[in-house]
Amino acid sequence: MSEIVMQIDGKEVKASDGMTVLQAARVAGIHIPTVCHHDKLEPFGGCRMCMVEVEVRGRKSYVVSCLYPVAPDLVVHTRSERVDKIRRVILEELLAHAPNSPELVALAAEYGADRDRFDKDPSFCILCGLCVRYCAEVKQKNAVDFIERGAQRAISFIPEIAAKECWDCQECFAICPTSYAQAAYFLTEALAFPGRRKSAMHGA
Amino acid sequence: MDSGKIDEIIDRHRGKSGDLIHVLMEIQHKNHWLPRDVLHQVAAALEIPFSRVLRVATLYKTFSLTPRGRHEVHVCTGISCHLRGAKQLLESVERATGIRPGETDTAARFSLETGSCLGSCSLGPEIIVDGKHHARMTPEKVEDVLKEYQ
Amino acid sequence: MTRLQSAAELELLRAGILSARDAARPCIAVCTGAACNGLDSARVARAFEVEAGKMAPGAGIEVRATGCHGFCEKGPNVVVGPDDICYFEVTPDDVPEIIASALKGEVVERLVYKHPETGEKAVHMGEVPFYRHQTRLLIGDNIRIDPKRIEDYVAVGGYAALAKALFQMTPDQVVDEVKKASLRGRGGGGFPAGQKWETAKNAPGDEKYVIVNGHEGEPGAFMDRALFTGNPHKVLEGLIIGAYAIGSHRGFIYTRHDSPQLIEHIETALAQAEEYGLLGENILGSGFDFRVEVHFDVGIFVSGESSALMRSIEGQPPEPRPKYIRTSVAGIWDKPSNLNNVETWANVPQIISRGAEWYAGIGTERSKGTKLVSLSGNVVNSGVVEVPMGTPLRKIVYDMGGGIPGGKAAKAVHFGGPMGGSIPASLIDAPLDFDELAALGAPIGAGGLLVMDEDTDMVDVARYFLEFLTNESCGKCVPCREGMRQTLKVLTNITKGKGRDGDIGRLEDLNDVTGAACLCALGRTASDPLKSMLRYFKDEYELQIARGSQAAGNTAK
Repeated sequence: MSEIVMQIDGKEVKASDGMTVLQAARVAGIHIPTVCHHDKLEPFGGCRMCMVEVEVRGRKSYVVSCLYPVAPDLVVHTRSERVDKIRRVILEELLAHAPNSPELVALAAEYGADRDRFDKDPSFCILCGLCVRYCAEVKQKNAVDFIERGAQRAISFIPEIAAKECWDCQECFAICPTSYAQAAYFLTEALAFPGRRKSAMHGA
Repeated sequence: MDSGKIDEIIDRHRGKSGDLIHVLMEIQHKNHWLPRDVLHQVAAALEIPFSRVLRVATLYKTFSLTPRGRHEVHVCTGISCHLRGAKQLLESVERATGIRPGETDTAARFSLETGSCLGSCSLGPEIIVDGKHHARMTPEKVEDVLKEYQ
Repeated sequence: MTRLQSAAELELLRAGILSARDAARPCIAVCTGAACNGLDSARVARAFEVEAGKMAPGAGIEVRATGCHGFCEKGPNVVVGPDDICYFEVTPDDVPEIIASALKGEVVERLVYKHPETGEKAVHMGEVPFYRHQTRLLIGDNIRIDPKRIEDYVAVGGYAALAKALFQMTPDQVVDEVKKASLRGRGGGGFPAGQKWETAKNAPGDEKYVIVNGHEGEPGAFMDRALFTGNPHKVLEGLIIGAYAIGSHRGFIYTRHDSPQLIEHIETALAQAEEYGLLGENILGSGFDFRVEVHFDVGIFVSGESSALMRSIEGQPPEPRPKYIRTSVAGIWDKPSNLNNVETWANVPQIISRGAEWYAGIGTERSKGTKLVSLSGNVVNSGVVEVPMGTPLRKIVYDMGGGIPGGKAAKAVHFGGPMGGSIPASLIDAPLDFDELAALGAPIGAGGLLVMDEDTDMVDVARYFLEFLTNESCGKCVPCREGMRQTLKVLTNITKGKGRDGDIGRLEDLNDVTGAACLCALGRTASDPLKSMLRYFKDEYELQIARGSQAAGNTAK
């Protein structure tokens, strides 16, 4: 793999071909905030928090660093007035759903996001898709997936699969930034297969 | 529900995961809705996780996961119809049928849908019942038009 | 029918079709396009067939059920050849009289166009104001063609361009010709088609795809359907030429599932082209192989976005992918995939047969050729028009569209549907040009032109488009899903008289981030309508917000 030299925040950074800007930044110890990113999962590009400013041959554009490939002589700025504004507004949009998520609250403090800026819609899920993708890519169980579309999009545990697979796993609970995955699972369990917990306890 | 026909559709696409949308469309056209056990059959036959079948089935407007009424009422809410009073027309249809878009009445007489412009903007505002266009409608004419469909 | 083995056999076929026709014999074209069909023109067509069937063979009249003629407002439309006499709002009862008059070479006066104010009559297509100002290079053939008969397309010169490309031109020469013609994509972006073809052609790999985007999900846009349903072979011929140029052997048509007529015509066209050796193995004996399959959108707007469309063809949920690698290099199954919309492909045959120089002579400096525009909203004559690029919008709205109904004034015109923009009526002399309209904030998009009269509430129009898009996006990325949701809430509140101080700032921030940060073109351009509103109609927004905050202030007291 060939080595690429590029610039992030004024610092010369070495990366190898095939890496993303986010990976290169992390190797160089430069922090870029993310919400939907997870090292074990394919990049998703959904939350858009990791947006950075890149300059290619003098042309400035805004890209998500979790997907943008490194290239020789690429110039990256991980912070700028515009980048910060994008992150701030995105955080304000997410906080309308999950105003108490510790991860979001911490980021909000850093970017000056006002959690009361927009109308509240406390669904608690921010649709980062970590549970969905972890279940599909790492566990290969597909017990939880997105349903519906647009503003109606939601995650849903599939009772037929969840009843068999989830009790012994529950690994997605820990990676959920809002603890909604856990709530959604137990709601599904209570409605669709309420005997599951009892029999598990008896078995124990 | 004609399970023979559904089995025949599913059989034709067995093992072809890329055909998911085609299969669901054919079943929807034949059967007018997608029962959950049929979705399980599709998942098994096409070798796709059931969750992905459900995801695709809930994503597209055309797919219905509940039984439909005998008559499909479509109120065009395209922009041209909107400018020509589609909102008032829709309210009138809602009053006449007692249902809202996406719903089916308890007697399974009507299912109501709104949306996608069908490209016949010169006829707007219009309602389309079972494929028949009722052009240049007014809220007052709704009762009369729907009477034809029992 | 045996498959045609050479260009000469195609010409023989054409000569045979033409010699069996009597050009002087009356020929009746009944429009069965979307709007006329909605007005039961199928019954009119049947009545003509029954009536014509009563006549002695040979003495008779030819009847053709055709695609859209264009003048939707006055449907059902009937055109009587060879002189193209136009009859409007025809009912089955009018049929015997039309036939009798046609045989005698007379005109049924009561069914011809009458100017609504002057009462002046127009008999022939070239005299009817709606048609007179048009240049109908693409849609003009619709009245000559029964879309289910490939012979009709061959009769008007169909597939000659394909033969020319295959036997007289190298793939590189075809790409060059399209580049020289400066054909720009008609689907929305206006990207140079030739350049896109070249990228796909030069991209590494043997397996390449060409795609017709026939999704046309934009409310108020219906010109692609008019063209594709009415003349499917024209689009197909363009696609085959493009495939030859790029080096593709597999093509896809992606279109709507909700028009049975469109589907039937596409599938018939594919079967007939295959039967005649214009598709499939060894096309016209040239050694070039190409096959086409049809895929359907089953009801979500975002699936018309190119990367989402490609996911659908793969059988995946239609979620867009960020285009850091172009789809012309890595598209369907990561293979080079060249996508153009219906109208773009339809332009290709004439560029090949009449040459790039001729084509580039039409239009403006940077926007060449003609453009199909679907005209709707508060306008007297809704329908499909085709005009040279550069035509002032005023001409489209007033000369063809007949102006605003009810003697009202125009307030704004809007291009490009939910991803376009509105400009005030004061700018109506702007030319139909990709760049000039984009600079004004009303990019042509696919070509849906919406006219809005003085009573239109501009806050409500932006709200309408946002509501449409929040239901039609995939919901994957935050600035699209959440940005539009919040924007819609703010706008809805304003229209309900519940505007608050700071709403303009909220709208501007939301819109700015949606426009900058979304994953795909749907999201990024979703901000365009509101952007144009805040540019030209901010007063109206401020006034409505002030009303809301005043009311809130009064209640607080």
